[in-house]
Amino acid sequence: MAHRVFPREEYLLKGHVACPGCGAAVMLRHVLKALGPNTYLVIPACCTSVIAGPHPRSAFRVPVLHIAFAASAAAASGMIEALEKLGKPANVVVWAGDGGTVDIGLQALSGAAERGHNIIYICYDNEAYMNTGIQKSGSTPHGAWTTTTPSGNPGFKKDLPGIMVSHRVPYVATLSPAYPNDTFAKLRKAASMRGGLKYLHALTPCPPGWRYDPSLTIELSRLAVETGMWVLYEVENGVFRLTGPSRALLEKGKRKPVAEYLKLQGRFRHLSPEDVERIQRMVDENWERIAEMLKEGGEHSSEQG
Amino acid sequence: MKLLLTGNYAAAYAVRDAQPDVISAYPITPQTPIIEKLAEFIDSGELKAKFVRVESEHSAMAALIGAASVGARTYTATSSQGLLYMYEVVWWAAGARLPIVMGLVTRALGPPWNIWSDHADFFTVRSSGWTMLFASSAQEVYDLTLIAYCVAEHRDVLLPALVAWDAFEVSHTYEPVELVEDATRLLPPKGAWAPPLAAEDPASLGNLAYPEEYAETRRLMVEAVRRVPLVFAEAAGRLRELTGRDYSRGYECYRCEDAETVFIAMGSVYGEVRSAVDALRARGVPVGALKVWLYRPFPYEGVARVLDGKKMAIVLSRTTSLGAMGPLATDVATALALKGCSVKLVEFSAGVGGVDVTEDDVVAMYKAALEREGGTYFWRGR
Repeated sequence: MAHRVFPREEYLLKGHVACPGCGAAVMLRHVLKALGPNTYLVIPACCTSVIAGPHPRSAFRVPVLHIAFAASAAAASGMIEALEKLGKPANVVVWAGDGGTVDIGLQALSGAAERGHNIIYICYDNEAYMNTGIQKSGSTPHGAWTTTTPSGNPGFKKDLPGIMVSHRVPYVATLSPAYPNDTFAKLRKAASMRGGLKYLHALTPCPPGWRYDPSLTIELSRLAVETGMWVLYEVENGVFRLTGPSRALLEKGKRKPVAEYLKLQGRFRHLSPEDVERIQRMVDENWERIAEMLKEGGEHSSEQG
Repeated sequence: MKLLLTGNYAAAYAVRDAQPDVISAYPITPQTPIIEKLAEFIDSGELKAKFVRVESEHSAMAALIGAASVGARTYTATSSQGLLYMYEVVWWAAGARLPIVMGLVTRALGPPWNIWSDHADFFTVRSSGWTMLFASSAQEVYDLTLIAYCVAEHRDVLLPALVAWDAFEVSHTYEPVELVEDATRLLPPKGAWAPPLAAEDPASLGNLAYPEEYAETRRLMVEAVRRVPLVFAEAAGRLRELTGRDYSRGYECYRCEDAETVFIAMGSVYGEVRSAVDALRARGVPVGALKVWLYRPFPYEGVARVLDGKKMAIVLSRTTSLGAMGPLATDVATALALKGCSVKLVEFSAGVGGVDVTEDDVVAMYKAALEREGGTYFWRGR
């Protein structure tokens, strides 16, 4: 069983300074357990710059390069090339927030993906600039309150995993802190793959930013998946596959209503029933696209077979 | 071995001889021939380095920060807008105490677009902690690039270093350049410094520091920068033993001893300044010239010693410093003030944006300076 192989060793130590209920801290703990000690983290400006704890201490039992906001994918590119040249093979992992990935870090990420460095890039997506106090990012969902979208975000969340699939990187996957075995399997796969950048995107709830009780982080993470608002999948060498509980959610009847996810969060409190209905339609349409993609993928596979 | 090389190719040969592990760069005129030549060296196997062809200068410096943090010897080169685009991580490299070496082919900042030389880009990083060297010929580009590695990687320093030279007058002009036969006799051995990051001994580089801890990291940088002149002189001394060429003081004096007026300059204009000194001397005018190689840390003591007792110092600044005296002239003024010297100081903004400055211009500047008050003047030519 999967949980038996989950290592007991901790690489994110007690004493880190994440907020209570921080989804990113839960996710990072799982990620580091999967990758082990021969792992270098590259962290741009984000909540984890602070979570690490102040100099001269660090809550990480792996080496960490803190780097400027837009620079993480480029710094990781240089680091992996240096380690390869110096004969010290290791995992080089960018751990960046959504702002550092979908906004200011996107150019460097795109460049690193195109060049094909053997790095793992993980975006922990709490759907706004949380470290600076909840400002809208390019990953903030439609309708969500932030301090810079006081009436709700008029825009739509960027599909960064989709953008990375378009770069034809060998591996793209989504993660959730509610499903550690799914996380573990995907990280192990990413670490074993060569020949390019591996991109993983985790939805990590943020109690102060999303306005919910810190005890609900895992429940909310699970609801994001069960309502179909967050889809667990992987795209391995171009082939799309649903993973974990998302495999069973293709039929609309199997999915919980999005209202169950939205109503627990203060950032969606102002939404009208019509707004919720619109978000439900967007989610359903996304699943229709997934169903079509799987059908095409299946046909594609059978042609090849 | 003597080769006919442009300033840019001289840089590439110095980098080949230093054998960095990782090179990362982004094209920009007039820097581009450096990285083209380096790509050729890597292709032919003469240089065994990884070349990260990044999508921007910001990423070029970031890639080198990543590479140097685990112990790689590194190189990049840029110009003008490229340096400004890279600016944030230029400071990061210094704060992280990484011995990155960079070539800077000085070029004017836009708008309007201009690809010719101007030192505005160079001066923007003067307080960042980088050791800053200025070359005025292809030979100096080669020599100072090798010295830059010696200074940057010295364990008493561990700060990045850059070597600058003028667009076109140096970058694209062929001159004979004598190479060092065996650069390993000059350079520190690879791996002589301990990189901050290693999986076997986990540490964090650059995490949040509260005011006292932050201030302490800056104080340590101040101490390291103070050690640069000695380390520079040691490295220059080794080069002198190998080649006879001497950079050890960080500046060159020409006919200064009995001079009443001294011209101070950096870069390619210095050749014209020397010719002007000879022309004025032939007419019995006691003038000399001082060329700065080591711009940061600035050799206050040495410059003041040269200028002490002179009547006038004329600084040729290849840039416009808007709202204040230019950085080089300000540094000279500081050197004079610290020593309590009373010397008339005249600065000419000359050669801005690639405007040609000739021997006749320099002679005319001398005459103009005699007639004017101390201060900064824009040189529009004769």
